[in-house]
This record gives sequence, structure tokens and C-alpha cells, in this order.
Amino acid sequence: MLLEAAIGAYQMLLIIMLAPLLTGIIKKTKAFFQTRKGPNIFQPYFDLYKYMQKESVVSEHSSWIFRVTPLIYLSSMLVVAAIVPVIATHSLLAFTGDVILIVYFFALARFFLALAGLDAGSAFGGMGSSREMAVAAIAEPAFMLPLFTMAVAAGTTNLAGIVQSVVSGGEGPLTLAHLMSFVALFIVAVAETGRIPVDNPDTHLELTMIHEGMMLEYSGKNLALLSVAVSIKQLLIFTLLVNIFFPWGIALVSAGIGALILGTLVFILKVIALGIVMAVVETSFAKTRLFKVPDLLLGSFLIGLLGLVSKFVFRG
Amino acid sequence: MPVFDELLFVFMLGSLLLGALLSIVLQNKPRLSILVGFTFANMASLSGLFLGPTLLLSKRSLDVILPWTVFGVNLQFSLDPLAAFFVTVISVLSLSVSIFSYGYARAYIGKQNVGVLGLFYNLFIFSMLALVSSSNTFMFLFFWEIMSLVSYFLVVFEHQDFRVRRAGFIYVVMTHIGTAFLIIAFLLLYKETGSYLLFSQYTAVAQNLSPTVKTVIFILVTLGFGTKAGIIPLHIWLPKAHPAAPSNVSALMSGVMLKTAIYGFIRIAIGILGTGPVWWGVLILIVGAVSALLGVMYALMEHDIKRLLAYHSVENIGIILMGIGSALIFISYGRNDLALVGLTAGLFHTFNHAIFKGLLFLGAGAVHYATHTRDIEQMGGLLKRMPWTGFFFLIGSISISAIPPFNGFASEWMTYQALLALGSPKLGVAMNILGPVLGAALALTGALAAACFVKAFGIMFLALPRSTKAEKAREVPRTMLVGMGFLALLCLAFGVMPFMVFDLLGPVTASLLGVVTIHMGGYHWLTITAFMEQGIGVGTTSISPIIMLIVLIVSALVVSLFVRKFGKFKKIRIDETWNCGVAQTSKMEYTATSFSKPIRIMFRAILQPTREIEKEFVLKPYFTSLINYKGAIKPIFENLYKPQLEFFLKLADKVTVLQSGSIQLYLGYIFVTLVVLLIFAR
Repeated sequence: MLLEAAIGAYQMLLIIMLAPLLTGIIKKTKAFFQTRKGPNIFQPYFDLYKYMQKESVVSEHSSWIFRVTPLIYLSSMLVVAAIVPVIATHSLLAFTGDVILIVYFFALARFFLALAGLDAGSAFGGMGSSREMAVAAIAEPAFMLPLFTMAVAAGTTNLAGIVQSVVSGGEGPLTLAHLMSFVALFIVAVAETGRIPVDNPDTHLELTMIHEGMMLEYSGKNLALLSVAVSIKQLLIFTLLVNIFFPWGIALVSAGIGALILGTLVFILKVIALGIVMAVVETSFAKTRLFKVPDLLLGSFLIGLLGLVSKFVFRG
Repeated sequence: MPVFDELLFVFMLGSLLLGALLSIVLQNKPRLSILVGFTFANMASLSGLFLGPTLLLSKRSLDVILPWTVFGVNLQFSLDPLAAFFVTVISVLSLSVSIFSYGYARAYIGKQNVGVLGLFYNLFIFSMLALVSSSNTFMFLFFWEIMSLVSYFLVVFEHQDFRVRRAGFIYVVMTHIGTAFLIIAFLLLYKETGSYLLFSQYTAVAQNLSPTVKTVIFILVTLGFGTKAGIIPLHIWLPKAHPAAPSNVSALMSGVMLKTAIYGFIRIAIGILGTGPVWWGVLILIVGAVSALLGVMYALMEHDIKRLLAYHSVENIGIILMGIGSALIFISYGRNDLALVGLTAGLFHTFNHAIFKGLLFLGAGAVHYATHTRDIEQMGGLLKRMPWTGFFFLIGSISISAIPPFNGFASEWMTYQALLALGSPKLGVAMNILGPVLGAALALTGALAAACFVKAFGIMFLALPRSTKAEKAREVPRTMLVGMGFLALLCLAFGVMPFMVFDLLGPVTASLLGVVTIHMGGYHWLTITAFMEQGIGVGTTSISPIIMLIVLIVSALVVSLFVRKFGKFKKIRIDETWNCGVAQTSKMEYTATSFSKPIRIMFRAILQPTREIEKEFVLKPYFTSLINYKGAIKPIFENLYKPQLEFFLKLADKVTVLQSGSIQLYLGYIFVTLVVLLIFAR
């Protein structure tokens, strides 16, 4: 009980501390492929510190929704961080949530951010909200289907159960179903973390932005909270990807301290590797038109569907 | 105490009849009429709210036999667990709606006859309560018809407007088409079994019916109840009738009247027909998924808040049917233990939808009360002017978007579990694939609903007011807030403590499926647990919304403390919205039309949007003085009814030959009819 609580708290802390670093590494990698020098990988931490020292300006037209949104967004991410197995499967609160709850806590955060985008009355915010909700809506089935394939294979939607079933290899990992589900979820991760070719995280140009548009009115401490929350969300989605599909190295119930340290190291390596892959994908594509995004996500859904079909038709 | 229960039941129905009578008697004193009418409705709701849960928790049924017979049929009411559950659902909603109505109905004083409103309002609740407690098919149909007629009069309450009369006409026609299917189904049951049996006795008799007869009855009740529930494509009356009715009535119609159809469907399909072929369940699942998806897509295109909510009723009925459809499939496979999950999901969502949709319709009513418009493009900035209404509407919006920690999420989570349980190996590959795919369809529905309510709440309540109507809005009277607040509280309570409803649902599923609830064990007081089977072993899944809520609150507190202590600036600065150096006006804001544009384009194959743009120029093509934009979507389903309509109009044209207008000819018709009758009907 005490050990499980300690693991849970440690995992949450690890996610919070690691999240800005991952953002920094992705930025650095992108700079490398664009033959730029790029900012220091610790720059996101300096940015957060800087934002905390700045004054927050809030629009006179906005309501309390605008002010509570950063808190709700960050807290939702922390709730998810409490459920997701990061370095071990047996954290204290693992039984209180499952993949469906995680996806819907992301939805809670998005719901409030989209409202905040509309709250100040500026057209940029509204544009961001409108696009974000549309893209999120069509990403949702593609997000859920691969998770369902893995859940049905494991016989539970609880993440710890799914991870354990993949580790113990009951269904045979690295099957067709497994790989296709991974590819499908990876495409969704691109959309969910607001990256090229769906969205461009580096710009405030109204023609291209989705996610940044909603955050345009934020400044100072509120911006710091939102930035760290967005980084955490990105890391959580990466964690889902690596731990559901490549869970090897994660500490299981019987493991001791050594396994936990090993689990931490393996986890950090895995998410950094995935971050670098993401940066490579981002630099090798151009941003697509907004109304081409459905085609991409439909493709992802179909890959997920093929994964599901192959799971049941070929039993593997 | 059965005697006490019986008295309470009679008191409940009696006070509604008395309330109806007194409202109309006092019609010349409108204030008194409102007070008396809705007080009786409240008393009845309170007794129903006591009676239903008491019967369920103490696991007993109630039979009330009134000492009269009508056409040889005993007036017998029977409250078995299913009926008691629906009495609870109806009472919860009618209680809060009746409290809301004290304030809301005052807006009609001097414009409409509030005595008539009180009369039909009480009779409406009466008919629904009597309907779900009916013990035989005859009484069921009788009260079904009363409910349809009374609700028709409520829909056309503001009958001076021709659009309201037209909506009422479409409603009354569609609802009677549905009733016709039900009458055929019940007559078929009567013919095959030979009597107007009690529902409870039909169950045993129905096992001897031939599969063909069973299937015919199943299809008939699906069509009949489907029309009332508003499944696509039988839904066309729904987005017309709901906006036309007064908002308190819309809340009841959408919240509970549609649910009486769900009640009837469960009663006949699961209670009487029992085990059927697998395709029954698949049919219901697919009808549910299609209704859910198309319902929410059409809702996104609406800018009349009540029409928007009406389309969401179509969506949620679809979600309820997905739960019930999966239960039917499990029953066909003889897996009543898994059917439990599906049926619980369906009934739980029925209760939750009644609560959050009731709340949203009351919220829409409050906004209409304050702004005198239902067009969301004319609203904006209402959260500052109506803080409590806005807060409650926000809770309703989050609940209907199935976002935790509110009740919509809890029941959709159960529905997901039921769909994923279709992935159990012994059900065959087709079911294994169908379950997760429909789960993905439910995910799309939920995400679109969230988009729709970001639009509805964001455009109505946030940013700057878009018209003087919205600018002048004031918070509504306290009784209206209490009605909404009660429902908002229930949204949270059922969301974090779903076991409250599961305790009520245990006896219902036990009586229908014969399975004792085993899936809510373990951490019973704080989790929902469902089983998904894989291989021989059974995996459990659990979530605990209450712990999640606590984690959410604690993290928010810790973060806000940290933020407060840290950094140079302790206060925030209030300033203008950054707008490239131009002062912000409401004309710069995103509108509902522009908000839904990406979705309109992405789903253009289904929605088939059209637009017309007319421009007037000062100097062509550079300086425009006026741009006129007209957008619409093609009413595909309304067009489905055109051929039949034209057929009947042509038929009616032909029949006019008989109507010459000469009274002698008409007397001649009567005489001929009399002679023919005398010859054949001796």
C-alpha cells in the first residue's frame, strides 16, 4: 500500500519534471534536421520560469471560465498522470481509471480550453476553438479504436491490465494487429499533440494555427500553467504509446527497487526515442490544409480497423 | 407497508388530477392558478420520489386494484421493479420542472391562459405515471393515447403562431402512426394468446409463440416505440415539436416522455418476448448508432437552442438503444450475465439523460425568459448577466458531452463496457469486430457532442453580447434557479457516486434477466466495475469517479497555492482583448455558423450544405457595401416523407368528388350506409 502510493507519487513527479525536457529535445531535433542550431534542450524550463515572473493580463470581456481554464487543464493532466503506468504497473490509483477515462479527461481539458478561446471574444480564439473541436472530433474514433483492440485482447480497459497482458505475451506481441494499432495511434498522437502535418506548434499565424490560437490571450502565470500542461499532455500520450505497445522494461508487481530504477531509465530512453521519431516525422512533412486532415485521420482509423480485423480473423 | 404504499400511489395520481382540476377552475386568477397547479404537481412528484426508491430498495412490488372496470378490463396498476424505476425517473424530473415552473409560467400571465397550462401539465405527468404503472396492454394503450393527446395540446399552447400549429400537426400525425403500430402489435398478442392478459402473465404465454409472430411483434414495437422515442428516420416531429412547446414542457417531453417509449420497448422486447435471434439486437444497435451519430451532426448545424437540444435527444436515445441492443445480443447468446452490463448501461443513461437534458431545456427556458429569443447568434455575454443560469447550463453541457466527473460519462462508460464485452471470444468474429467499431462510433458521437456544446455554451454565455436583447438580460427568479440547481446537483452526484443508481437498478435487472448483480462488487461504495471476458479468465475493469474528482480538486488546490506564492506579480491586470490594435466589438466575434463550419465541411457528404452569397458593391470588385449570406443543409429525412404525403394529398383530392356541399346528398349517404349496415350487421 505504502510502496504503491510512493510509486504513484514518484511517477507523477517524473512526468511533471520530464515533460518540458521532452519538448526541448523535440525542438532541438527539429532544429538539427532543419540545419539550425536551435535552442538549448532545457529552454522550456527557462521559459516557464520567465512566464512565472511576468504579469498576467486578462481581457476585460472574459469571464471566470478564462481564469479557471489553466487550472482545470493542468489538474486534468495530473489526474491522468496518476492513472497511467509509467515505470511500474502497480501504482496506488491504477484501479481508479482506465483508457476510456483517460481519453475523456483529455476531453475535459480540451472542452475548457476551447471555451476559453471563445471567451475573450477575439476572432483568433474562436477560430482556434472551432478547428480544435472539429479535428478532435474526427480524431476521437481513431484514438479509441486501437486502444479498444488492445483492451479486448487483454480483457480489460484498465491500463495496468493491458500492459501486463502485453508483457506476459499471452496474445503474442509484435503481431500484425499490434503493429497496425501502434501506427494508427501514432498518427492520432500527431494530431493530439498539435504537430505537423495537422497543426503547427511553432507559429502564431492565423492561417495555420489551431492549438496556439486558443492560447493567444494567455500571458504570465496562466501561460506558464498552460504550457507545462500541454507538455505534460504530450508526454502522457507518448507514455501511452510506449507502455501499451512496447512495455518491456516496466517494473511488474513483484519487482524490487532495482527494477524500478531500471524501469525509469528504460522509460526515459523510450519516450526520448519516440520524441526523436516524432521530430523526424514533423520535419519530413509539410502542413496539410485543414480540410485534408480528415483524410489523414480516416486513414489512421482504417489502419486501426485493419488491426482489429486481423486481431480477430487471424487471431494475431 | 403495502397499505401505505397503496395509499401513497393513489395520493400521487389523485393530487395530479386535483391539480389539473383546480388549475382550470382558478383560471381567472392566474397567480393563484400557477401556485395551486404546480404545488399539486410537486406533491405528486415528492410522493413518487418516495414511492419508487422505497419499492426498489425494499425489493417489493405493488399492485393497486381500483374497484372499477372499463369495458370489462380491471383497472389494475402494478408497480414491478421496472415500473418503479421509471416512476422514480419521472418524479425526479417533474419535481424540479414543477419548481422551475412557478417562476417560468408567470411570463405567460396576460398572454396565454395559464389555467389551461396547469390543466394539461398535471394531466401530462399523470398520464406518464399511469402509463408506466399500467398492468395490462389495454390500460397501457389508453394512457399512451392520453399522453399523446395531452402533449399535443401542450405543444400547441402558443397556438397563435402558425408555425407552432404546424409543428403540433406533424407531431400528432407522427405519434399516431407510431400508436397504430403498437395497436397492431398488441392486437397480435391478443389474437395469439386470446386475452388482454396482464403483462406479467404474457411473459409465460409468449414463450409458446412461433418465431415469425415474435419477429413481427418485435418489428412492430420497434417502429411504434421508435417513433415516440425519435429514432432516425422516424424523428422528424421531434425537432419541430420540442421548440414549439413551453420550455418546462419541452424538458418533460424530452426528459421523460421519450423514455416511456424506452420503457415500453424494454417491457415488450425483453420482458415479454425474451430470447430472440441475434439480428434483433444487431438491428437495435445499428439503429442506435445511426441515430446517435446523425442526431449529433444535425444538432451541430442548429442555431435555435431548443432545436439543437431536440436533436441531442435523438442522439441520446441512440446511445440508450446501443446499451439495450447489446443486452439483446447477449440474451440471444444466453449470456444474461453480460446482458446485465448492457441493460444497466441503457437504463442508467435513460436516467442521466432525463436529468441533464431536463436541466438544459430548463436553462434554455431561462435564457428565453431573460432574452426573449431562442437564436443563439443573438446572445453572448450571458454568463456575466445570468451567472447562476450559466453555471447550471455549463454543468448540463459537460454532462451531455459525457465528460467526467459528471453523470453522462458514467453511463457512457458502462455503454463502452457493454460494447467491448461483445469482443468475448465465444460470440463469433462478426460480433467481436462490431463491438469495438460501434465503440468508436460512440467515441465520435461523444466528441461531436462536446464540440456542439462548446459552440452552444461559448456563443450563448461568453464574450460580448451580440444584440441589445442579450445586453439587457437579467438573472431569472429564484424558483427557476432552484429547479435547475437541483438537477445540476444530481448530475454531479450520479457522476461521482453512480452506485446510488445501481442500487436502484439491481432489482430491475434481476427481475428482467434473472441475474443477481455481481458486477458491482468489491469496492462497491466507490467504483463501477464491469467484466469483460477473454478466454477462460475474466478480467475486471474498474473506475472510481469519486477518487478522480478528489485528485482533480487536490491538484487544482496545490497548483493554485504554488502559483500564488511564486513570482513577482500577485495580481492580474484587466485590459482589453488584443485585436491588432482595434477596439473589440461583438461583430468581430466568432459566430455559431462560423464555429460549426469545419464540421459542416468535413461531413458535407451527409449534411449536404448549401450556401448563397449575394454581394452589393460600391465599386466592383473592390469595395463591397453589403454581403448577404444564406446557409442551409438539405433536409434529407424530411424529404423521405414527401412521396407518401403527395399520395395522400392526391387521394384526398379524389375523395372530394363525394363532397358536393349539398346536404340532401349527405343525407342520402347516411341513408345508404344505414341500409347496408342493416343488411350485413343484423
